[in-house]
Amino acid sequence: MIEFITVSKLYPGGTLAVDEFSLVIPAHKTVVLVGSSGCGKTTLLRMINRMEAPTGGSIEIDGEDISKTNPVSLRRRIGYVMQNSGLLPHRKVVDNIATVPLLEGMNRSRARVLALELMETVGLEANLADRYPSQLSGGQQQRVGVARGLATDPNILLMDEPFGAVDPIVRSDLQLELLRLQRELGKTVVFVTHDIDEAFLLGDEVVILEKGAQIAQKGSPEQILARPASEFVADFVGTRKGKRRLSLSSQPADKAGEFVVVDGTGRPAGVLELEPGELLGAASKARSVSDKTAQAGDA
Amino acid sequence: MDFILQAIAFIFDPQNLFGEKGIVPRLGEHLLYTGISMAIALVIAIPLGLFIGHTGRGRNVAVASTSSFRAVPTFGLLLYFVLLNGIGLWPVVAVLVILAVPPLLAGIYSGLLAIDRRTIDAARGVGMTELQILRKVEIPLALPIVIGGIRNATLQVIATATIAAYVGLGGLGRFIIEGLALHDFVLALAGAILVLILALIVDLALAGIQKLVLPAGVAQSISGRSRNRDRKFPAGLAQLREG
Repeated sequence: MIEFITVSKLYPGGTLAVDEFSLVIPAHKTVVLVGSSGCGKTTLLRMINRMEAPTGGSIEIDGEDISKTNPVSLRRRIGYVMQNSGLLPHRKVVDNIATVPLLEGMNRSRARVLALELMETVGLEANLADRYPSQLSGGQQQRVGVARGLATDPNILLMDEPFGAVDPIVRSDLQLELLRLQRELGKTVVFVTHDIDEAFLLGDEVVILEKGAQIAQKGSPEQILARPASEFVADFVGTRKGKRRLSLSSQPADKAGEFVVVDGTGRPAGVLELEPGELLGAASKARSVSDKTAQAGDA
Repeated sequence: MDFILQAIAFIFDPQNLFGEKGIVPRLGEHLLYTGISMAIALVIAIPLGLFIGHTGRGRNVAVASTSSFRAVPTFGLLLYFVLLNGIGLWPVVAVLVILAVPPLLAGIYSGLLAIDRRTIDAARGVGMTELQILRKVEIPLALPIVIGGIRNATLQVIATATIAAYVGLGGLGRFIIEGLALHDFVLALAGAILVLILALIVDLALAGIQKLVLPAGVAQSISGRSRNRDRKFPAGLAQLREG
């Protein structure tokens, strides 16, 4: 469990990147911090492994104030995956993956065995083991970065827009791999992205941030879609007039019980399949819920 | 042309090679002055350059002072030191060290500063100590540029070590000074050619080392890039021909 307690970060220039941020990140879950660039999400992430120091408040990991730990040993027990993979260009894939075990004194042959196992875990062919980072594709480099993050079998994995710089097809591959990995490994993953689709796909919990790392809303993707806390959130996730505002098209589908759905811009988004009578039922069910919330609001 | 041929003949004349004032002992003296000066200059420049390059602190001061040090008149400084301390090896070495430190320093800190900041940030992020970042990341990646600085400095020192002869020491400068004093231009030219050859040989050797220390992964990417270029050129030429 990672706990932010009224954490602030004031940069020397006078920019308040993080303004009294508090959040509990539960263990073994994926929490996605999402927001536009400059909202302080990366700063928050980098505070967890002390790559940035908060200017106010504190951060605890399993109840231990991290400002009292040695930053080097803290970083070695936290996996860190970054956007540009951050691999060492002069080291082979296996040595990059085993960077931390080698620093901790593991002998080279054991480190190699470990690195090869991790390559399999993240879906890399073993014949890439002796390549250098510059000989890999962007997607392969990111996989190496993930493998390196997992090398010490850390409880916590920090991922800073790890799939931001790869093309969309590779990105969706990597996202699905990460979901599979997370099902197997159950790490505490803190994931930073500006892509709300990625956030909804990967996050057990999604935290939408505004400027100064102010929490606009947090919750499961479903909760956020069902009850956006503000117009900002509704715009951000696209339920106000974006691609998540879905409505039935006037175009009837061929098959009975199927309806073409269009998004907020009028573009066809897909086909909705309903059992006869289900649509009305669903609509009235949703209506009764919204009436209740309206009443609750009135009260 | 005649002068040059005579000078070359002088160099290859066995009589001129050995003996107390021969080419070989003079070459030895020249290399000794160069070696001592470079060793001292490296001892000064390496820690200072690594500090500036790793921390980024003092960078502006270093840039300003290295360029102003380059404007110091070497010969004038040598005479000044001789006036202060008398004739001897140390004034010469001091002048050559002052000459060598700026290019060495510039090579070291610019080599370190040229490394992608994200690579260093990542090394720190996975848990390397500052010393480990320096030893395992910054120095290996900076080494080619650092050796470039050493090449630069060594060439200047070899060329300038000729002034040792002006204050009564040996070295290849002796041939030049004696040749000028005796109006024996063949002798002076022979001295100049010897300095030139020495500089070329040492530079080639250092260039070889520079290639050897190019980190493997980095060398791969550079050769990969040049392969791509090779592939593109013929295609481009073919297009030109078709056009």
